[in-house]
Amino acid sequence: MSLFNARSAWTIYKQELLRAFRTAMQSILAPVLTTSLYFVVFGAAIGGQMQGGMNGVNYGAFIVPGLLLLTILGESTSNASFGIYMPRFTGAIYELLSAPVGVGETLVGFVGAAATKSLILAAIILLTATLFVDYTIVHPVYALGFILLVSASFSLFGFILGIWADSFEKLSVVPMLILTPLTFLGGTFYSVNMLPEPWRTVAMANPVVYLVNGLRWTFYGTSDVSIWVSLGLTLAFLAACVALIAFIFRTGWRLRN
Amino acid sequence: MAPLGPSMSAMEPILEIRNLTKTYKGGFTALRNVDLDIRKGEIFALLGPNGAGKTTLIGAVCGLVRPTGGTIRAFGEDMHANWRTLRARIGLVPQELATDMFEPVLRSVTHSRGLFGLPPDPARIEGILKSLSLWDKREVQIRALSGGMKRRVLIAKAMAHEPELLFLDEPTAGVDVELRRDMWKQIAEMRERGTTVILTTHYIEEAEEMADRVGIIRAGEILMVDDKDAMMKRMGRTEAHITLAQPIGTIPEALSTLPLTLSDDGTTLTYRGGDGAGQGKADVAQITKLLTRDGIDYVAIDQHESSLEDIFVTLVEGGLESGSPAA
Repeated sequence: MSLFNARSAWTIYKQELLRAFRTAMQSILAPVLTTSLYFVVFGAAIGGQMQGGMNGVNYGAFIVPGLLLLTILGESTSNASFGIYMPRFTGAIYELLSAPVGVGETLVGFVGAAATKSLILAAIILLTATLFVDYTIVHPVYALGFILLVSASFSLFGFILGIWADSFEKLSVVPMLILTPLTFLGGTFYSVNMLPEPWRTVAMANPVVYLVNGLRWTFYGTSDVSIWVSLGLTLAFLAACVALIAFIFRTGWRLRN
Repeated sequence: MAPLGPSMSAMEPILEIRNLTKTYKGGFTALRNVDLDIRKGEIFALLGPNGAGKTTLIGAVCGLVRPTGGTIRAFGEDMHANWRTLRARIGLVPQELATDMFEPVLRSVTHSRGLFGLPPDPARIEGILKSLSLWDKREVQIRALSGGMKRRVLIAKAMAHEPELLFLDEPTAGVDVELRRDMWKQIAEMRERGTTVILTTHYIEEAEEMADRVGIIRAGEILMVDDKDAMMKRMGRTEAHITLAQPIGTIPEALSTLPLTLSDDGTTLTYRGGDGAGQGKADVAQITKLLTRDGIDYVAIDQHESSLEDIFVTLVEGGLESGSPAA
């Protein structure tokens, strides 16, 4: 048997996507509705009152990449974490652990499905945004690549979270108490260059700033930080997650007794 | 149903466990230097009280538990080195009803086959579901099924990749008598199709009914492994209470060589002996003949043969007095 069984990976992937569609109201409709409300309140209502926009971009359009990222980070993390936590919680993980399935198939299945769902959501949100604001994507290929990278990275992060968590509270504490505040403070609704010192320096310590600005660059060709710094940090985060997951599978931490 | 005798190929070990030890993080040792061979084509029953190490032993073979020491070889290959190829040939039905309860039966069983890397085989899945009387429920969510049916779904999931070695951890726990007998039939059919079955159970009757060989485990140690019939023969006993019409003062001279005791009031003779292979019954018949010959009248005989349960209780509570190596 080869080192990677594509059929096993596809089976996990398909199962995880079916699970997401089984709860479509919660997993697709809810985030789209929430993000749409952001566009209505911040983009159309408040943005309409802001003359000159942000860095030369209309305010409604300025917040599109940040809101997109807010959804991608949250959904990738929660989908992947829930995907692996539930079988651990119910005991159904015995089947995965007793199958001829290694870290490769597991990651492609669980993380791939979580990332796919995030991409579907991102596409729906971008389409929905056209109803409220007028935006452009200057570098569409880079935008797609960056969204893919961020989805995969935070799905990996969510997978680690789902293995670490031993309660539903722990499962939700990281997305709610860490990721969401960091995203709101990470320049979703403003440019960090607007902040006075020392707050600007403090804001630059927030890793989400680099993600939001990376995506914003792909949309408008301008951002507060270099795209290469954003890309480098995202790749480093992805590599760290992969290394940690490889360690978890090698030691069986929280998976095998 | 009488268990089928193992065929010639049954002598080949399909699973070889040597010095298997598992100590959990908290210091609890669940398995202590376990040695065990499972023969191809047999039904092997692993008996033991709660916490004896049965589930840990199964988990160690199936990849759920990381052993602290020892080796496991399946199909002649090392499990640690060749886990991918070997796990594909092993199936597990867990003790708990653990699966995605919102999935319909057919999709859940089909998923299990794909997870083990096999291409879809609708005819095969249909056959499994029909054999387990689940075909009519194939589109029903698992959560809507009865407890017994849920357990059958787990068996179907474990059978979906056509394992050669199947572990059933307490397969009939919590199911009613009728369904239990039905499952025994299913398990016997699996063996007839060539699957080697290892089951753990609390129901000694289950092992007595189905198993070719029995292993008894206590506190992480295998106390005894033997052919069920050989174990019954070696450790089985007959107990008979003969109620006399009139009390007697002493045991008659003609019966003095037999393992008999007389009650304090002189009205009951108790025999405890035999070998589990008919010697006890013959002795009791001889006793009644001699009593009649000597003119000692009796009004009742209460005779009891040791069951596997008696042997199990004797071993587990009293410790090992005479055992055989775990082979």
